[in-house]
Amino acid sequence: MPRLNSATDLERFRREILAKRDGTRTVSVTNGTDGRTRGSQNVVRAFVEEIERQGLREKVEVKSAGCHGFCEKEPIAIILPDEICYVGVKPEDVPEIVSQTLANSKIIERLLYEDPTTGQRITKETDIPFYKYQNRTVLGNNRFIDMESIDDYIAIGGYSALAKALFEMTPEQVLQEVKKANLRGRGGGGFPAGIKWETTRNAPGEIKYVIVNADEGDPGAYMDRSLLEGNPRSVLEGLLIGAHTIGSHQGVIYVRQEYPLAVENLSIALEQAREYGLLGTNILGSGFDFDVEVHRGAGAFVSGEESGLMRAIEGRVGEPRPRYVYPAVRGLWGMPTNINNVETWATVPLIINKGAEWFTSIGTERSKGTKLFSLVGKVNNTGLVEVPMGMTLRDVIFDIGGGIPGGKKFKAVQTGGPSGGVIPESLLDTPVDFDELTKLGSIMGSGGMIVMDEDTCVVDVARYFFNFLAGESCGKCLPCREGIYQMLKILNRICSGEGEVGDVELLEEIAEVVRDFSLCALGGTAPNPVLSTIRYFRDEYEAHIREKRCPAGVCKALISYYIEPEKCQACLICLRECPVGTITGGKNLIHIIDQDKCTKCGTCLEVCPPRFGAITRLSGVKVPEPVLQGTEVIRKRGRKK
Amino acid sequence: MSEVTLIINDEEVKAEEGMTILEAARSVGIDIPTLCYHEKLAPYGACRLCMVEIVRGRGSSLVTSCVYTVEDGLVVKTESEPVIKGRKMLLELMWARAPGITALRHYGIRYGITEVKAIREYGVIVDRATAKFEIEPTFCTLCGLCVRYCAEVEKKNAIGFVGRGTEREVVFFPQIARKWCPGCQECYSLCPTGALPSHYALAEAHHST
Repeated sequence: MPRLNSATDLERFRREILAKRDGTRTVSVTNGTDGRTRGSQNVVRAFVEEIERQGLREKVEVKSAGCHGFCEKEPIAIILPDEICYVGVKPEDVPEIVSQTLANSKIIERLLYEDPTTGQRITKETDIPFYKYQNRTVLGNNRFIDMESIDDYIAIGGYSALAKALFEMTPEQVLQEVKKANLRGRGGGGFPAGIKWETTRNAPGEIKYVIVNADEGDPGAYMDRSLLEGNPRSVLEGLLIGAHTIGSHQGVIYVRQEYPLAVENLSIALEQAREYGLLGTNILGSGFDFDVEVHRGAGAFVSGEESGLMRAIEGRVGEPRPRYVYPAVRGLWGMPTNINNVETWATVPLIINKGAEWFTSIGTERSKGTKLFSLVGKVNNTGLVEVPMGMTLRDVIFDIGGGIPGGKKFKAVQTGGPSGGVIPESLLDTPVDFDELTKLGSIMGSGGMIVMDEDTCVVDVARYFFNFLAGESCGKCLPCREGIYQMLKILNRICSGEGEVGDVELLEEIAEVVRDFSLCALGGTAPNPVLSTIRYFRDEYEAHIREKRCPAGVCKALISYYIEPEKCQACLICLRECPVGTITGGKNLIHIIDQDKCTKCGTCLEVCPPRFGAITRLSGVKVPEPVLQGTEVIRKRGRKK
Repeated sequence: MSEVTLIINDEEVKAEEGMTILEAARSVGIDIPTLCYHEKLAPYGACRLCMVEIVRGRGSSLVTSCVYTVEDGLVVKTESEPVIKGRKMLLELMWARAPGITALRHYGIRYGITEVKAIREYGVIVDRATAKFEIEPTFCTLCGLCVRYCAEVEKKNAIGFVGRGTEREVVFFPQIARKWCPGCQECYSLCPTGALPSHYALAEAHHST
């Protein structure tokens, strides 16, 4: 492959690729990290072999694409250009797909997505409710691109924004466009990227750095991973445009060690870009030099904090440092540094190509564009969703997410990762944007969204996140290290039934100091889970403390399982299934749980046949005295065993 | 160096440009409590006791006075209500971990914190009758003076932090320490709690066995 030496070269090359592919069909299989856990690699291999076997190699191309959201139904195979979408594809299905759909355009009904509410089969991907309400400007391209192919990216217009920024616009114009678009940092802070760029551009200094923050550490969040795996070139293109605007010639992509596929695909993307003359010296013949290296983070949550991240790149311990000077003025190695998150960089080429006006037409007044969320927890359709800012939480959870499984009731949603807040049902109609979520005592964060149903105990949730945060606090500053630890201890106490009156107030008191006095954003936002759950679910805390009752029946120390003697039919099921053998009784004898030995795993409740419903979970009340051992069962009339 | 004028606790203070609020305050005898500050070392900002309130227009914010540099016309309150509230809590939190440290007792008296209150509320001691501790009390406040002195002034890095969160601790690295520490021991006198010599003794004992 010869180097591309101008914008015309790039455009000509793009036309060549398209001409070569004219009239061919493509089957694109999701093969990211999440797809691979469901065996997508075998599906891809099966497609390649089967297409070869049926002699369709000239007519059909197989793409190993990144995840495009609907992880729950992966591996997904999309046949382009028809957009036929098959979900949950197994290697056994492949011969049929090849012979029927690819060779004869026949649709295989049983592999189509079935709408759980209507029972209807849906052919096109874009008609599936999960996708229908989304606006996939950033993540949507993943399905058209083979993760390892630069040609695929160029074919859909990739690097054209770079060419535009290099040849048709001055850096000043690019900067104005980004500022006009009001692109706010997608990593959670929501700081306007344009202003950051401008500060870095104007800061005195010969050497300037640009950094991609791909240290995505929130549990359950994988937006950045999917982007880096599926479409690393969009991030690189954004970075190149930013670097040219700012006047930087060296960039760093900080990816966490836990993302091997992202690192691999990124490295391939960088290597190919160098070969094509899109990275390195004299990029696209414009005279602009820029190179980038990948730095693998060693896995500390706090390294995602920008001052900690830069210290980590410098080879020191990734700990935040106190600062009142922005990295834009003094950052990596003491030089002006612009650091943005993966998603922010990936949005830049879109803004350059389509213009700030297009971008600001999406979203709310102060938050523009779309945002990626990872929708997880007790929701029917889990996966990555990209929606315009300002969509309500209700629409995201019920229209896209398909509501709560098992007919349960919605209780709350936690946004913004471990240091985000919990939002109750009464506020579900809040539009999702940076400022609205902050008002509710939560944060946008990097876009985690954990849905909880009525079986979730919010005190337990707060405790879970505090457990995480206590382990991830770097320990440098006093309030974060000691405050989170003490709060965790109090939460543990409450959950284990030893809460004392005044604990909630004490939690609030410590939380405020941790929030206001901590060194970095980790401590500054850490109290959110506790403060927001106290704000919206104070009664549950009080129930734990005063009545020793867990309303959701989760906290083990506060619940007990009890067999109602008049309902027990002595069927022996729970007796056999109990993993610790605490249930006594026998044939025709009422079963009794020995409360002292019970580990409260809940197995008995699960296995008791619903027609008996003899086992109940008690909380906050005394367990009734058991009947005398050896009491015979009162049989329901007409039933003989 | 040009001079700037700022107001600290209603008092007009003249300071040199580039000075921190803490330095400016101490130059006129206003004491802001600190655990991790030392004039020979770069600001560390870990103990958070030196946080002060600055007033800007109608709003105010809390800043780290050992890092924040003075500006002309800056209005600083070193003992305002939110500042004191936070400091008390910070002292209590540290006290719960490291009871009996002189520096803490000193500030404790100043801010009216008694030992009893601190321990009662956070309950580090699980059972006071048998003095059973959930976590071992320590004499180290993790101020990092020793670590930073060794790195910044001596440039030896014989001592450092390991662990995260509450498991963070100061350790001597035997390979470096045995070469330099016997002839230096400058950090001993820096340690505000006297915990360091015992750390070193432990490291040495550990290394020789």
